[in-house]
Amino acid sequence: MKVEATNPAVEFHDLTVSYDKKPVLWNIDMTLPQGALIGIVGPNGAGKSTLIKAAMGLLPLGSGYVRLFNQSLDEVRHRVSYVPQRESVDWDFPTSVLDVVLMGRYGKLGLFRRPSNTDKEIAMNCLKKVGMEAFTKRQISQLSGGQQQRVFLARALAQEADIYFMDEPFAGVDAATESALLGILQGLAKEGKTVVVVHHDLQSAAEFFDWIVLLNLRLVACGPIKDVFTNKLLQDTYGGKLTVLAEVGELVKNREIPSREKY
Amino acid sequence: MELFFEFFSFQDASIISVVIGSILLTSSSAVVGTFTFLKKKALLGDAVAHAVLPGICLAFILSGTKNPLILIIGAFITGWLSLITIDFIGSRTKLKEDTAIALVLSVFFGVGILMLTSIQHSGNAAQTGLDSFLFGNAAALIGTDLIVFAFVSLVLFGVVSLLFKEMKILAFDPSFAQVIGLPVKTLELVLTSITVLAVVTGIQAVGVVLMAAMLITPAAAARFWTQNVLHMTLIAGVLGAFSGLAGAFVSYSAPTMPTGPWIVMVISIIALISFFLAPKRGILSRNLQQRSLRHLIMDENLLKELYHIGEKDNTPFKERSIAAIMRERFFPEGQLKSGLIRLKRKGFLVNKDGRWKFTQLGYEKGQRMVKLHRLWELYLSEYLKIAPDHVHEDAETIEHVITPELEARLEKMLAFPETDPHEKKIPY
Repeated sequence: MKVEATNPAVEFHDLTVSYDKKPVLWNIDMTLPQGALIGIVGPNGAGKSTLIKAAMGLLPLGSGYVRLFNQSLDEVRHRVSYVPQRESVDWDFPTSVLDVVLMGRYGKLGLFRRPSNTDKEIAMNCLKKVGMEAFTKRQISQLSGGQQQRVFLARALAQEADIYFMDEPFAGVDAATESALLGILQGLAKEGKTVVVVHHDLQSAAEFFDWIVLLNLRLVACGPIKDVFTNKLLQDTYGGKLTVLAEVGELVKNREIPSREKY
Repeated sequence: MELFFEFFSFQDASIISVVIGSILLTSSSAVVGTFTFLKKKALLGDAVAHAVLPGICLAFILSGTKNPLILIIGAFITGWLSLITIDFIGSRTKLKEDTAIALVLSVFFGVGILMLTSIQHSGNAAQTGLDSFLFGNAAALIGTDLIVFAFVSLVLFGVVSLLFKEMKILAFDPSFAQVIGLPVKTLELVLTSITVLAVVTGIQAVGVVLMAAMLITPAAAARFWTQNVLHMTLIAGVLGAFSGLAGAFVSYSAPTMPTGPWIVMVISIIALISFFLAPKRGILSRNLQQRSLRHLIMDENLLKELYHIGEKDNTPFKERSIAAIMRERFFPEGQLKSGLIRLKRKGFLVNKDGRWKFTQLGYEKGQRMVKLHRLWELYLSEYLKIAPDHVHEDAETIEHVITPELEARLEKMLAFPETDPHEKKIPY
């Protein structure tokens, strides 16, 4: 089951990615529509984070390519925003909430230049949008999990991008933060921005997203939620039928076989 | 003492030169080291420091002079080589990074010592003083040496201040930096280069053996005093400068003594003081916080028990003996007495002839503690379906935590209940 987007924001073309020599994504080939709230769903170890890291150029691609707005990532970087997993940084780092959000402006600033007052205003506005304006000066080490996630979202908003890639933004946040984040993401989609979210909870996925990507090492299905969220496809994604693929991956890793032949 | 004034009057031109040199060297390595520290690469710094020794020796053997520029270039090359080797071992074998670091550090340093020994026995007269790179000799910072080393230090300061924002994001969230299009690979290269350079220049004052301490310790000490990267970098620089000054003084007053150990001793003492005395993050301040928390819990428990006693015989404002309180609940006697005295000082209790009774304020506070305890018990058994005989222990802790806002919410949620799960009256 694969529905192609008519006006794609993202195109994955025959993408294969290995992690520590072990192939974790096989032949991902799909398009994602513009102006939609898109969920990437699958079991643990399905390669969800790997997929968006590969799209962000953070992992070397075994084969295939990713195009955003029909251009390469380097050509559209200023239109792309990324929210990494919350645990990927050290929250004891000596810096303040506003400082972290200002980092969202660094891409537009370029090297050597310092954030201007306009940048600070934009950062403040983004903090307001996520309901954190009272925490501007707060040390990031004093934030709760939900607040950390809000700060990361504010940083992404400060990039003023057209497409947002988010890695598990709803993991470990309180109910209030969850609905606040969801409201903001839906607002972005309504403005015509594309939001791609890695999500682990099936139940809420059905309520959150317009477009779903079912992933388990390979693409199981992608398309509008009504077409994709069927019992059969979910079983294909979460069922244990893929043990062969996982075992082959292990073999490739252990024998250090390159995932693509060169000649 | 005389020596002290002689030194700090800065009348001798060579004193000024040595002081300026030491301060620049130690503070620039401290500033650069802040980012080594924030990136959690302290051990890499140690490996580089040891790995520059063979470079210095090789540069001397090949050139036959102690020209500082040539020695720096030699040191820079082997310093870099050690990092490349560590990276190579990490990516091509299954060995972990710490193993790679330990291997590279000892092999490079061993080769360096081998070369140094053979140079010393070669009978080359120009070699005297080369061994001061082992433990540092600030007194040698005069003439061309000073100019070269000072110049490199200023370059380091320049790079860090120009690329401060980039270094910060590189230390905090490198993958985000890459996604927004910063040249992360180049910046990593710059950071590594200035780290190697900081090590290379610092060894004149501190020596290869202890150089890692100069890179990391000022940053570690500074971390205790601030929550802001910029302030942290500045504080580390100042602490580094101070230890450099101390080193220069030692070098002046006892020329045969190596400077490095002294500089490291001074900065380590500063770091120790910071660990203990710094506000909020320091050990002493954290212990004080813990202690005042223990006192608070003790005080609230005492008021609660006094209320319990009064509840039983219906005379809350009667005077109670210490033995009566102990009958209600056991407290270690010393803690009990100091707790009672604290409560008197705060106006919750009064005492007469060794017997204690509530003031109005103390009565209200005791009543509130009992109320919170019983409300929480009820909440646990009603909302969490925990058996009534299992709720007491939990409530003993939570009663000290509940804020007035939570208290109001609990009251509303439970609709101002009359009794707790043990059928005891909840007082309002």
